[in-house]
Amino acid sequence: MAAPVMPADPDLLAGNPKRRQKESIVKTVFAGAATTSLVISILIVGSLLWKAQSFVGDLISPPADALAETRDGMISLSNLWTEQWAPRFMQFDIKTLLVASVIVTVVAMAVAGPVGLGAAVYLSEYASPRVRRILKPILEVLAGIPSVVLGFFALRWIGPNIVQNLFDSAGNQSLLAAGLGVGLLTIPLVASISEDAMRSVPNALREASAGLGARKFTTSTRVVLPAAVSGLVAAFIVATSRAIGETMVVFLAAGGSGNSAQFTVNPLERGATMTAAMASQASGTDGTIVETAFNSLFFVGAVLFVITLTLNVIADRFVRRVRQQY
Amino acid sequence: MTLISPMVDKDKTAERVRARIESGGRDPKDIGFRWLMLATLLFSLLVLAVLVVDVVGDSWSVLSSRLGDFLANPLRSRSDEAGVFTGLRGTFWIGIFVICLSFPIGIGAAIYLEEYATDSWFTRLVDVNIRNLAGVPSVVYGILGFTIFVGLLDGPFGEDGAFGKTTVAGGLTLAVLSLPVVIITSAEAIRAVPQSLREAGYGVGATKWEVVRNHVLPYAAPGILTGTLLSLARALGEAAPLILVGAIRGRLGSNAGFFELGQLREQFTAMPILITEYATKPGDDWVPVTAAAIVILLLVVLGFNAVAVLLRNRFEAKREGK
Repeated sequence: MAAPVMPADPDLLAGNPKRRQKESIVKTVFAGAATTSLVISILIVGSLLWKAQSFVGDLISPPADALAETRDGMISLSNLWTEQWAPRFMQFDIKTLLVASVIVTVVAMAVAGPVGLGAAVYLSEYASPRVRRILKPILEVLAGIPSVVLGFFALRWIGPNIVQNLFDSAGNQSLLAAGLGVGLLTIPLVASISEDAMRSVPNALREASAGLGARKFTTSTRVVLPAAVSGLVAAFIVATSRAIGETMVVFLAAGGSGNSAQFTVNPLERGATMTAAMASQASGTDGTIVETAFNSLFFVGAVLFVITLTLNVIADRFVRRVRQQY
Repeated sequence: MTLISPMVDKDKTAERVRARIESGGRDPKDIGFRWLMLATLLFSLLVLAVLVVDVVGDSWSVLSSRLGDFLANPLRSRSDEAGVFTGLRGTFWIGIFVICLSFPIGIGAAIYLEEYATDSWFTRLVDVNIRNLAGVPSVVYGILGFTIFVGLLDGPFGEDGAFGKTTVAGGLTLAVLSLPVVIITSAEAIRAVPQSLREAGYGVGATKWEVVRNHVLPYAAPGILTGTLLSLARALGEAAPLILVGAIRGRLGSNAGFFELGQLREQFTAMPILITEYATKPGDDWVPVTAAAIVILLLVVLGFNAVAVLLRNRFEAKREGK
């Protein structure tokens, strides 16, 4: 015997029109805020491409003021592949910068990879909650150190005390010292992403392993690490991308700030990475530089953007795989 | 039905099991591994210690003898007169820009993504886009700042001949740089708010905005505050984008006071830029000056970090306690 259903008064259900209006205004404002990020992306890509294409255009059909800066009066696309990076003289050898970036990144990851991973294993597998609360802030403080400070440290301390001690031929500034500095900077990044990945491995796996009689070493290396491998790969890729994009450490410690660099594959020599070349181009004391040379900065920026974006997209894939698994 | 017997040497197994039990769980390989892992963590501590000792030691001659002077003087060409006043001033105003622009926009975007957005192509696009923006190298943001902000502000706000390389351009650039991190950390904090809180709000007839304002935001506030403070600290330590935007490494034309608004449309510098400038000056007499400037910057940046971490720990403890 159900009670008769009363038809609801539609005016009553609609609520207060003022509240509804406020609701829709608020929603629009927040949607606008979210859209800002899209605008930023478009502006970044736009500002890179705008001047970068004008730079490439200048190489194909060089303007007179750029030709005047060269020794042989010739500019073509082959100026992107010479033996040195010296925008002042229309030498835009992109491989000089790429190889220097690779050297710094490899050195950095050789430091940050093992150290960050080890720290993550300890924090996730061994440390009790109390110890973790005490030790974790070490990494957080290290992550908070501005890169210009680590740049000074790499220049004044790592260079003379480590690099020059180990290798007599090394100068005050070297790609190796810069790489070590960048490595210190990326340790917290590797550690935090790796730790997240390992902590998301379900405890049931650890318990099953211990139940079979495995010791903690075996459980960590044979069960937890393989289970978290996607996240670990992501950590390495993200850190690599960060190392490639790191500017100030290289700018100060690698000695490429003179806005010219010779091609080298020797980490003990001075060099300029893509980022350092951009910074020194922008801070160049020579205000009289021709526009073509200045615009090389945008070309290098576009190359750097494409490389880091690719790495980040790949890393994102791996992170998602971890989330789907568990 | 027969059981398949495993192919093992029973005596050997028994021996190993006994050895393991009698060792009291103290397996040398296990202990070694444990210490090795701890050592990697302590390596980071060692690095921090060396860095702090080195920098503080280098800076001592300046900080102990002329700290007041050092804070009040601008960049000078003589190392015994040089100070950080202009850098601190620039960094302060850049911080104001980050707080006033990137905090509200970032938190607003996070609220939209977590509370309002449905699973549409637009939401997914914004989501992917923000995560990629967070990975863009800071020097690339400098290019954005140079092309857009310096270029646009050249006309209306720029000082004559300064080509729009003003505090406004620098502040806008770093606000944009910190926006993705603010959005990501705020969204995480909002996501951690229990669904039951929202349902209770809707249950008594609250609108979405009322639920967000009165229930979700207060609950998520500590998390949001921690994330925003960390991103502010990161922004204040950035040098690369400011170099691209044209922060002045030499002497500034302006000698405006710390809080004077007029300097916003003048040339600017910032702490990380001053450090870069001092660090690249030839001569050992600049080392103490650079180190002292670094100590000041570290106090500011790590101060924000410490407040953020303390806030988080305190609220976490409170929440777990109830």
